[in-house]
Amino acid sequence: MTDTSDNNLTKHLDVFKEIGNIGAGNAASALAGLLNKRISMTVPDAAVVPFNTIVDMMQGPETLVAGVLVDVSGELHGFNLLVLEMKDALAMISQALGKPVSEVASPGFELSELQRDTLMEIVNIIVGSFLSAISSFTGLSVVPSVPNLSIDMLGAIISIATIQYGQVGDTVLFLKTQFNDLEGEISGHFFLIPDYNSYKILINSLGLEG
Amino acid sequence: MGTIVVGMADLKVAKAPDILTTLGLGSCIGITLYAPAKKVGGMAHIMLPTYKGFEGQNIAKFADSAIIELVNQIARLGAPRASLVAKIAGGAHMFGRSQNNDMLKIGERNAAASLAILKQLGIPIKANDTGGTHGRTIELHVETGALKIRTVGAGEKFI
Repeated sequence: MTDTSDNNLTKHLDVFKEIGNIGAGNAASALAGLLNKRISMTVPDAAVVPFNTIVDMMQGPETLVAGVLVDVSGELHGFNLLVLEMKDALAMISQALGKPVSEVASPGFELSELQRDTLMEIVNIIVGSFLSAISSFTGLSVVPSVPNLSIDMLGAIISIATIQYGQVGDTVLFLKTQFNDLEGEISGHFFLIPDYNSYKILINSLGLEG
Repeated sequence: MGTIVVGMADLKVAKAPDILTTLGLGSCIGITLYAPAKKVGGMAHIMLPTYKGFEGQNIAKFADSAIIELVNQIARLGAPRASLVAKIAGGAHMFGRSQNNDMLKIGERNAAASLAILKQLGIPIKANDTGGTHGRTIELHVETGALKIRTVGAGEKFI
């Protein structure tokens, strides 16, 4: 039960940063292919932060966001949650569809079927390449599910992550990555949420002590 | 009149005319206890059903330990357990279509645990707005005991 204690998360922060770096690099190339433009990315921030700080870091618990959850199975079990602020989600959709954001954005938060499908496909590619990078890095097989989209309040969306981490402490591990293209930047927040056993498997696969 | 914010895994008590609020509940539950005669109340934002197996952790994180702590803190404001009524909200299944993981059903388990402990303590449940697939922000108006629920897609209401 103490495998993923707050201390252990902090101890292995550099490892997660490196995993994030490799995963995001791979995801950026995949995204560049999809959007047919050059995409660069910043070195991701990895941080272990208290529950109540995380929502404030991302503009408050009631901010409308697009959350995409992928269940992970195989040799690692858990979730990968990608949280996009609506402006970033709309920017991605507009680039993939080759239309200006003004034509994509609707007054409310409703996305059309095509827009939802487009967003899911983008996320599928990002998360898939992120996970396959982790898989080659660690030598563990990782199988992602079909993504699930929910557009709602940030606090509600990330409760998936905070509850899972909440079983072992009062902090959560998250990776923030910024994708940049010539027209601006798109930020994405990744939450890597291994279950307890998988956390240990992940650390051990890298030859480290849990 | 002040608005007091209750964070995740947190609990607070207040007297009229204050407002207690917690923002962006997903699978977590907002539990409110209210003493109508004394006009005092409390709110907890719990994340998990039971403290059992997690001894030593923050008691505000679990339905059972948080409710007991709220009852004790409200009692210190002069309202005994027998004078309390409860309203709860939250416990959503945020990613409705995802199936193969028990962890995603935590909202249901949180709601069931909250209702069970309230029943066990003999605290009447006046309103229960749990489940669904949407997030909620709640406000307990300690003057009246009304609980306001705000959502993104499903509007706003008082229960």
